[in-house]
Amino acid sequence: MYHGTDYYHINSLLSEEERLVQDSVRQFVEEQYLPFVAEYHQKSIFPKEMSLKLGAMGLLGVTVPEEYGGPGLSYTVYGLAMQELERGDSGLRSFASVQGSLVMYPIYKYGSEEQKKYWLPLLAKGEKIGCFGLTEADHGSDPGGMLTRAEKTAEGWLLNGSKMWITNGTLADVAVVWAKTEKGIRGFLVEKERKGFEARVIKGKFSLRASDTAELSFQDCLIPHENQLPGAIGLRAPLSCLNEARYGIAWGAMGAAMACYDEALQYAQSRIQFDKPIAAFQITQLKLVEMLTEITKGQLLNYQLGRMKDAGEARFYHVSMAKRNNVHQALQIARSARSILAANGITDEYQVIRHLLNLESVYTYEGTHDIHTLIIGQEITGISAFR
Amino acid sequence: MNIAVCVKQVPDTETKVKLTEDKKAVDESEINFILNPYDEFAVEEALQLKEKYDGEVTVISLGPDRISSAIRSALAMGADKAIHLQVDENPQDPNVVANALAAELKNGGYDLILLGKQAIDDDHTQVPSILGEKLGLPSVTVVIKLNIDGDKVVAEREIDGAHEIVECTLPAIISTQRGLNEPRYASLKGIMRAKKIQIEQKPAQLSDDQLNIIGFEYPPQKNPGKIVGDSADAVPELLRLLHEEAKVI
Repeated sequence: MYHGTDYYHINSLLSEEERLVQDSVRQFVEEQYLPFVAEYHQKSIFPKEMSLKLGAMGLLGVTVPEEYGGPGLSYTVYGLAMQELERGDSGLRSFASVQGSLVMYPIYKYGSEEQKKYWLPLLAKGEKIGCFGLTEADHGSDPGGMLTRAEKTAEGWLLNGSKMWITNGTLADVAVVWAKTEKGIRGFLVEKERKGFEARVIKGKFSLRASDTAELSFQDCLIPHENQLPGAIGLRAPLSCLNEARYGIAWGAMGAAMACYDEALQYAQSRIQFDKPIAAFQITQLKLVEMLTEITKGQLLNYQLGRMKDAGEARFYHVSMAKRNNVHQALQIARSARSILAANGITDEYQVIRHLLNLESVYTYEGTHDIHTLIIGQEITGISAFR
Repeated sequence: MNIAVCVKQVPDTETKVKLTEDKKAVDESEINFILNPYDEFAVEEALQLKEKYDGEVTVISLGPDRISSAIRSALAMGADKAIHLQVDENPQDPNVVANALAAELKNGGYDLILLGKQAIDDDHTQVPSILGEKLGLPSVTVVIKLNIDGDKVVAEREIDGAHEIVECTLPAIISTQRGLNEPRYASLKGIMRAKKIQIEQKPAQLSDDQLNIIGFEYPPQKNPGKIVGDSADAVPELLRLLHEEAKVI
């Protein structure tokens, strides 16, 4: 059985409850997800029944308070849970990230009491699924340029436009959609039954295949006035949601990296060439040592970021550093692990190629690697390179 | 229904056992401890019965300080209360363990006592039966199916090559076997709920140990296997080796 990677005894910094969460989610992924992931990947599906299972575990909206159906736990617990989910697959973690950080978080933070009371318990249980529509085909890193419009009419808000690369898009019962109004960017809840709303699956993906990725379109889609998120004013609102999700990604990426390292180490110890295990070769040892060192550094970043976030001290540029570093390193680790497994590393008998392909997406979603570089650059120099 | 579940903390199933230098004990320094897997079936069964009939589930465990994490695991699954019978180190004699548990159980007014069929560390498989004697209660072991209706118990036991169906009345002791149920995962809410439960600590009432462990030995090293081939062509060579080298045919 898999026991994670903990070279620097970081587990000793965790509370007993935090360790129990890590162990419980680890076992859940091991038994309920990993035996089937190759099939999900091949068929390119997200198994909808996982939504209820994740909900029963309390993994959807980890930080949402109990009065709205969430477990109301710390960001460190949330991070550990995301780490273990992504050790399964980035698609599994993405589902939970979107549901928790991009759907439940904005409803909790910016929604009306009625919206919170109705949606949050259903989303926490996984009985309803949500998605988040910000990115458009021509507006990715610069979402402020979005073309989707919401026009206020006597009957309600009239939405027109389309959104691209939307995780959970075709599975979703409700979409949190960001659109430009006369007064600037606002957020709206659009139920899947609304006339004029359509979600189409994006085909041909080589990455995040075990995840539902869609294009959303809105053609004179009329929604009631009360479907607007009253507290969400301007681009700051959707960006605050992304900041929550990125925090989870920083942890998740280390989960994927740990899975790759674990597999590469085991493989290197059992694969015999020239009458000795390939782990006996200095080049293989160097690869393993570099992987483990970067994992340990990434874990320490996550641990301290989690404690800062729980203390209310983590700013978006702190999150950028962990997301940027950890995903970049995870991608390098996946490539290095793949090279240790050589030909076996390109089949779905093993995990590494799936993680490697997934991480190529994670590298550029929720803020590309380059944009996070510029966010930190702006913070330390006081000069924005992109505005 | 007032249910007690006796659980034990044991080394993880994949532990590579290391002995202390004097070979008198197992070196615990690098062991990852878990809740005994057979006890998970007992906890799950207790929770299902509680969900059906209402009541309370109390976890009772005997061991040193380190066992609190196993008790927390059982609480996180959904148990209501926990009692930790404290000892400096685990007794080696199952009779001592059963005596200490019986002393605690006899005043608890429990309708049902559940526990795993064995602990996966010392594998004595004796505590459930000894408890039955000490408490004067029916003890049904290795149960894979359990039906309780009023105070009537129908339990299906796994025996060699067959299933045996046993009837008894409550209060009773049931030891649980794989197949009885699918233990639930500790949910995040359950883990945090468990955090708020105070574990009752009390010294275990220890009787005299009548079993003395003289020492441990590692099992003899086995020679690695050999793959002769993977098609029908390899059969003659396999037969020759089995006959001439292994001398088994």
